[in-house]
Amino acid sequence: MGVAPYETPPRFAKAARRHLLRDPPNNGEVRVEEGGPGHRSPTMPALITNDTTRYGWAAIVLHWLIAAIFIGQFVLGVVMVRVSSQRTAFELIQLHKSLGFLLLGLVILRIAWRLGNAVPALPHSVGRFERRVAPLVHFALYVFQFALPLSGWALVSVSMLEIPSMPFNLFLMPDLPLAESDTAESFWTSAHWYLAYAGIGLVALHFAAALRHHFWLKDTVLTRMITPSSDHSAE
Amino acid sequence: MVARIFGFAAVAACLAMPVFAAVALSDAAGSYTISPAGSSIRFSVGKAGGGGLAGAFARFKGSIRIDNNDVGRSRVNITIFPESVATGQRRVDAFLRSDAVFDAANNPEIQFRSTSVKRTGDTSALVTGRLTARGKTFSEKFTAELAGLKAGTIRFHVTGKVLRSRYGMDVGTPIYSNVVDFDMTFTGRRG
Repeated sequence: MGVAPYETPPRFAKAARRHLLRDPPNNGEVRVEEGGPGHRSPTMPALITNDTTRYGWAAIVLHWLIAAIFIGQFVLGVVMVRVSSQRTAFELIQLHKSLGFLLLGLVILRIAWRLGNAVPALPHSVGRFERRVAPLVHFALYVFQFALPLSGWALVSVSMLEIPSMPFNLFLMPDLPLAESDTAESFWTSAHWYLAYAGIGLVALHFAAALRHHFWLKDTVLTRMITPSSDHSAE
Repeated sequence: MVARIFGFAAVAACLAMPVFAAVALSDAAGSYTISPAGSSIRFSVGKAGGGGLAGAFARFKGSIRIDNNDVGRSRVNITIFPESVATGQRRVDAFLRSDAVFDAANNPEIQFRSTSVKRTGDTSALVTGRLTARGKTFSEKFTAELAGLKAGTIRFHVTGKVLRSRYGMDVGTPIYSNVVDFDMTFTGRRG
């Protein structure tokens, strides 16, 4: 922390000092850097987007927000069809629908962000097998997080119960243009159910892999999804 | 006060509907038992985006007493058995019977006991009464329209709006309206 005159994490101290002194962005880059090899000091706006060495805040926040909603939706889905009170069940199902629409919106945003941003390279600790499999798993995770809310939307759209969708009681969400029938409803119910269990299985695999990287291989695969941090071993 | 002399049904018959003119006051006044065959209790609840949930109660009982001298002293008592609710969707029926709405297992009856009857026109009256559902009682108003009068049989078309939230049945609002529209026909047979 040598240069920083007060007790502030080096990255933020650097950004603050640069702002105060109106230094050009690259001036003093190396001189101030004492936070270890994993730390660089980009300006704050640059931390939002990804670059080839690290994830930015937008990707990180979307990742964890979607992860929390996705896992929460699985638990909610399992619980809501098992509670004995019909009133509680109805209300949990409406909450599940609301969160599903929120998830769908966030996933669309996330896919757009992913397509319009750099993808950080994998660290060298990632082996040949994982290099092939991880992108497939990640692609499958995107497919599931998109297909799950969509199949739920299809399910409520074709249901003979014709219960309108009103996310968080804010606005009326139209149904998908699909024909209503009991047959279609049971099809989409099954589809939603299988997708949910397969999806959560994939999330478990993804989670186990992240833990393996962090505790076994002791690399940056997990930590770089927690805060924007460059891993020079990936370059 | 013509109304006082002739009574609700008789005045209705004499002034508005020539069909009923032949019916004497002594024929209209009296006690009637509601006959399920010629009666229905239908309801609907609007929902967001249009349309709504419509259903009916298949089982109910009741009586109508039309006072000979004073329409205002006429009485209407209705008991509905919510277990008999039918919407055409078995899952919806089960939901309505459950603790989410009627809780029919613990509250097998919905009761209406009139407290006042006021004439509002030649063939219409405003019926105010105590509605009890799920252990909660509130005053509700219904409009009754004389729809038929024959020897020994009287028929009314009754409509009204009830706020379900007051009876602990607010589940599903605001997706489904808080207002329940009732559309009922009661055929009473003397006796």
